[in-house]
Amino acid sequence: MNRPNLDLERLADRHRRMHRIRAFEEQAVAALEEGLVLGAIHPSIGQEACAVGAVGSLAREDLLLSTHRGHGHTLEKGASATAMMRELFGREGGNCGGKGGSMHIADFSVGMLGANGVVGANINIAAGAAHAVRLRGERRIVCCIFGDGAINRGPFLEGLNWARVFDLPVLFVCEDNAFAATTRTEAMTGGPGPAARAEALGIPSHAADGNDVGRMAEVTAELRERILGGGGPQFLWAKTWRLTGHTAVDKAAYRDAGEVAERWKDDPIARAAETLRMHGVGEETLSGHREAAVEEMRAAYEEAKAAPWPETAALYADVQDVGDPREAAFRW
Amino acid sequence: MVTTTYMEAGRRALAEEMRRDPTVWALGEDLGRGGVFGQYAGMAEEFGPLRISDAPISEAAILGSAVGAALAGTRPVVEMRFADFALCAVDELVNQAAKARYMFGGQGGVPLVVREPMGMWRSSAAQHSQSLEAWYVHIPGLTVVAPATPGDNLRLLKAAIRSDDPVVYLEHKDLWGLEEELGDDEPPGDLGSARIVCEGSDATVVSWSAMVRNAHAAAETLAEEGVSVEVIDLRTLWPWDREAVLASVRRTGRLVVAHEAVSVGGFGAEVAAVVSEALFGSLKAPVKRLGAPRVPIPYAKPLEDMLRVGPDAIAAAIRAQL
Ligand SMILES: Cc1ncc(C[n+]2csc(CCOP(=O)(O)OP(=O)(O)O)c2C)c(N)n1
Ligand SMILES: [Mg+2]
Repeated sequence: MNRPNLDLERLADRHRRMHRIRAFEEQAVAALEEGLVLGAIHPSIGQEACAVGAVGSLAREDLLLSTHRGHGHTLEKGASATAMMRELFGREGGNCGGKGGSMHIADFSVGMLGANGVVGANINIAAGAAHAVRLRGERRIVCCIFGDGAINRGPFLEGLNWARVFDLPVLFVCEDNAFAATTRTEAMTGGPGPAARAEALGIPSHAADGNDVGRMAEVTAELRERILGGGGPQFLWAKTWRLTGHTAVDKAAYRDAGEVAERWKDDPIARAAETLRMHGVGEETLSGHREAAVEEMRAAYEEAKAAPWPETAALYADVQDVGDPREAAFRW
Repeated sequence: MVTTTYMEAGRRALAEEMRRDPTVWALGEDLGRGGVFGQYAGMAEEFGPLRISDAPISEAAILGSAVGAALAGTRPVVEMRFADFALCAVDELVNQAAKARYMFGGQGGVPLVVREPMGMWRSSAAQHSQSLEAWYVHIPGLTVVAPATPGDNLRLLKAAIRSDDPVVYLEHKDLWGLEEELGDDEPPGDLGSARIVCEGSDATVVSWSAMVRNAHAAAETLAEEGVSVEVIDLRTLWPWDREAVLASVRRTGRLVVAHEAVSVGGFGAEVAAVVSEALFGSLKAPVKRLGAPRVPIPYAKPLEDMLRVGPDAIAAAIRAQL
């Protein structure tokens, strides 16, 4: 009987979490402009419903592989915003000790096995992780998120086929933001797109509105159950739209302002807020989510800014067990 | 004369070759909008989308199709965006492009150029910063070019495009903005001849790509100390100008090879070995290689800086030989 209320509470919580992602990235972009973020960052502004809907519906023990545009996925999997901010600043205490940066964030402690700087490379890795899950007889799934551009790389074919023939517990999520860098992916993609390709390999496909956080969560939860029930690999095609540039410095002049303005009307955060409003959630709650998120990420920023650089010994740590990586180690 | 950046020089070389030879064309991701760094800005407008062709994110198909297009009578220029992504097309380059001419008994060649922006630049970390030139030099059939100046980028890219063999063309990202005055008419350069950056008699430094700047700076520092250093920019790593290097070391008796890539198994090892073999008796000091330690490239700037072979390290290596 309480269902409508429960749904509303869930939506409110997802609205709050989408704001966390948005605030994290806005803070990161500002820090980039200040010179504190060292390398390139790829914001997912406008795509937060995919992260919160899909990753937010995984269990803690599930494994996740993400992309260069993975801040939201990583936060939702449970990584600390402060550690992530430190990583973006290249500081000690970053998720990867400052050695990875935005494009290589991983947090194994929450099952986040890595963002990736190489488009599509995570697909085969996810298939392999699912292989291990099956070998070890574990009850968890692997979720692999990639962009619409990645479906044109070889690993898409190879990894999906692999998952099918070995019947692996993996959920492939194509987060389709319509762009691959400056290219409209559609112009470089043959056929009807991601879902049809997955179907052709025998993997059941499901399409969802990637800007509808509730729907994304529902579908993901359902697919997760199917996989755990022995249903084999599943494919989710989430349609969204990249509201900002490919990287934080890309002005995206190749899209006209009218089109972008139109798309902003479908901002997933605004959409969730609208639904909440319709159901009587008050403005102070909604703006409270935003304010709390901004405050949290501001604190993460301050902490990251104050954090020390990695110890120089970190340069030589974790290369491999054998051999000395220092060039001058051998003297004669 | 026009002030030309390293990036513009590449653009100009490609445009001039495309105007001269209708079989020259370029393909790669995002080229229609100028390429990731702007190296192709305005080119789609001049040459149209067939000759400045966009591509899906399909490195294997980009390079593989270029091999086919080269075998079938065109001269493709492939843009790999970051040298690191060319690794997604290694079969196409190493097993196909490099070997076709030989395996097929010389019936046809593979006149393609693979442009691979390389090197450390703006904290790009482990998957966007590598210098892998030594890998390519190891592969019979490939020509390997790594220009250090705008002028060489202009002349050597032209030469690479006119070459009938596959050329791995390594532009350094940190050099995009480097400027030089260039003439209106710059003929193609010579694949295989080094450039003497500055003459000297006490020691020779061999380097290429962005490291040439540091070698030159080290030579200037040492000149103030009364040490005369000859700096050689190899420009092409295969073939490489052994004669120029041997002639110089024969005079100076001392050699430092400096490069950005990992020192272990780097191309510096080849240069050092050849010089040791040829000039063992006349060396006044052991040959010294300078390169990165054998670690993936870290993101944090202070760690990344530790990998860099700066002018000071080069100068110190020379002083140690005196
Ligand atoms: C193999 C490879 N090729 C090219 C690139 C450069 N690159 C980085 S992101 C990107 C676009 C990817 O598009 P998509 O998969 O749709 O992800 P999105 O950026 O839209 O999230 C490209 C081409 C890369 N990182 N890896
Ligand atoms: Mg995309």
